[in-house]
Amino acid sequence: MTTREAFARAKAEGRAALIPYVMAGYPSRGADLELVKQVLPYADLLEVGLPYSDPLGDGPVIQRASEVALRQGIRVADVAAFVREIRALTEKPLFLMTYLNPVLAVGPERFFQMFKEAGASGLILPDLPPDEDPELVALAQGMGLETTFLLAPTSTEARIRTVAPYCTGFVYTVSVTGVTGVRDRLPEGLPELVGRIRRFTGAPVAIGFGVSNRATARQAAQAADGAVVASALIRAHEEGRGLVEVLKEVQAGLVGAPGPVH
Amino acid sequence: MKLPSYPLPDARGRYGPFGGRYVPETLIPALEELTEAYLHYKNDPSFLAEYAHYLRTYVGRPSPLYFAENLTRHLGGAKIYLKREDLNHTGAHKINNTLGQALLCKRMGKKRVIAETGAGQHGVSVATVAALMGLECVVYQGAEDMRRQALNVFRMKLLGAEVRPVESGTRTLKDATNEAIRDWVTNVRDSFYIIGSVVGPHPYPMMARDFQSIVGEEIKAQLREAEGRENPDAVIACVGGGSNAIGVFAPFAYQEERPRLIGVEAAGHGAASGLHSLSIGAGRKGVLHGAMMYLLYDDDGQIRPAHSVSAGLDYPGVGPEHSYYAEAGLAEYVGITDEEALEGFRLLCRLEGIIPALESAHAIAYAAKLAPEMEPEQVIVINLSGRGDKDVVEVMRIMEGGAA
Repeated sequence: MTTREAFARAKAEGRAALIPYVMAGYPSRGADLELVKQVLPYADLLEVGLPYSDPLGDGPVIQRASEVALRQGIRVADVAAFVREIRALTEKPLFLMTYLNPVLAVGPERFFQMFKEAGASGLILPDLPPDEDPELVALAQGMGLETTFLLAPTSTEARIRTVAPYCTGFVYTVSVTGVTGVRDRLPEGLPELVGRIRRFTGAPVAIGFGVSNRATARQAAQAADGAVVASALIRAHEEGRGLVEVLKEVQAGLVGAPGPVH
Repeated sequence: MKLPSYPLPDARGRYGPFGGRYVPETLIPALEELTEAYLHYKNDPSFLAEYAHYLRTYVGRPSPLYFAENLTRHLGGAKIYLKREDLNHTGAHKINNTLGQALLCKRMGKKRVIAETGAGQHGVSVATVAALMGLECVVYQGAEDMRRQALNVFRMKLLGAEVRPVESGTRTLKDATNEAIRDWVTNVRDSFYIIGSVVGPHPYPMMARDFQSIVGEEIKAQLREAEGRENPDAVIACVGGGSNAIGVFAPFAYQEERPRLIGVEAAGHGAASGLHSLSIGAGRKGVLHGAMMYLLYDDDGQIRPAHSVSAGLDYPGVGPEHSYYAEAGLAEYVGITDEEALEGFRLLCRLEGIIPALESAHAIAYAAKLAPEMEPEQVIVINLSGRGDKDVVEVMRIMEGGAA
């Protein structure tokens, strides 16, 4: 299933797409796949995090998860194997979320090859504004990986015009000026931000950072085509709550907006 | 006064392949705004007059260029001069940069400054200028570093700063930097981030270099008076992130006739031990804290913790302009071990009555190797980047423990 099809199917069913996040090696080797099995029935797309020593775009929840995963000795090759295992379970689009340095360390071509072969659909690169390295982006795209970049409430029209065309997968719109984390409310003004983005791209737009409950999911759905849920899932696991509880609540918020309830 | 103009970086903040802006998109507009403001104010006469005023009356510039006669005689080779940045207010070169950035912060109408600190020297320097300018100040410091540097934590608090412990990762400088960047991403509209070295996304390496260049410019004028020439034969400076070194390298690096520029990295327990801060000596190109630079990381790109007896050199990366100098052959980079640095520390104490910072002691130690190989009419300038008061407890612990 392509990314466009995944978003289109959700829309046809009267919902914004739900994009849960799982991290390779969290909460442990093997148990990461158990979390995948819990979230897959609710997922339209899946975001797979590669644990990193210095995740400066992430808040404390994902930082902790990274540390847990790295302490288990998770390597890039393990993450690729994890993607392969997920691919065996589903045809839904899988996006790898990775900071840039692991890509550079392995070598971009080899890195992209590894994940393409494992079955990844695309990449999310949170510390690479695409115009910093257009050749790297073109290399990934040329190898059949879709690319997704971030836009933010601070993004000027000039930045949106620059970044949006590089988003061949979807546009990852950061809901707040801040890092990833659980929030009770998202800022007002999301529809306006997404409106500005849509002037420069026909790609689907998803909201990330802070989507954690029915209210925030509803805000995301009223503005965009989908929502990423990350920290809320990891926190639920930390607190010994079921991920399904969070997913059901978020899903309820994603249904029926922005148009009339079907 | 004037701030310098150099051929690099280019308009995209690049020094060859190094530098750039590898940060979350949220920060890009703020970096664009900062670049524009800096390029405006660096030519604004009233901004420059204010900066010059505080440098002279508050920092105590120009710092002396001191002919270290005893050290020269002892080593038996080139004449050795010390650029006395240790005599600046707050005890190091750091304030040349923090003062400039705090003034810029004020001009941009921001009321809150954020900083990261390792041992606490940069934090103290930022807390100092924040007190001077009436700015709210938050300093991030690794919990482990706060424990080891309790005195500097108290200094920052005395100066009115809030010190926030960082519990993530290795709980040291690189993690404090991550946390400061996270704060900045969150409060980007009303806060100004003062980075402590020539690292970070463009325009930070450029700004810090320009504000530190006064050190090299003073050396030229002072050497003309002392020796009748502007160029020494060699300039030696320690390199962690690289801010004191860039201040004495950049004014010479782009000249046709260049002295030898020698950056001394911390070799810690030695290159083979894996416990070192040899970003150029043993690192590879990579991205950390917003810039492409030489960096220590494993085969998967996970950042490796650096080690040095000197907290100020204990950083896994090195500024993009140094990375470029190394690749282009404009400067040489060498390593000095913990043990050699301690020997340099003792040498300067005994021979010149100057207690150097452990960082600067690395430069002294390398000069002690180089000077005897040079001719008596040749001149070495060592950037004595900071004073060693902050290090005496640590040195006492090591010497009395017998580790040195």
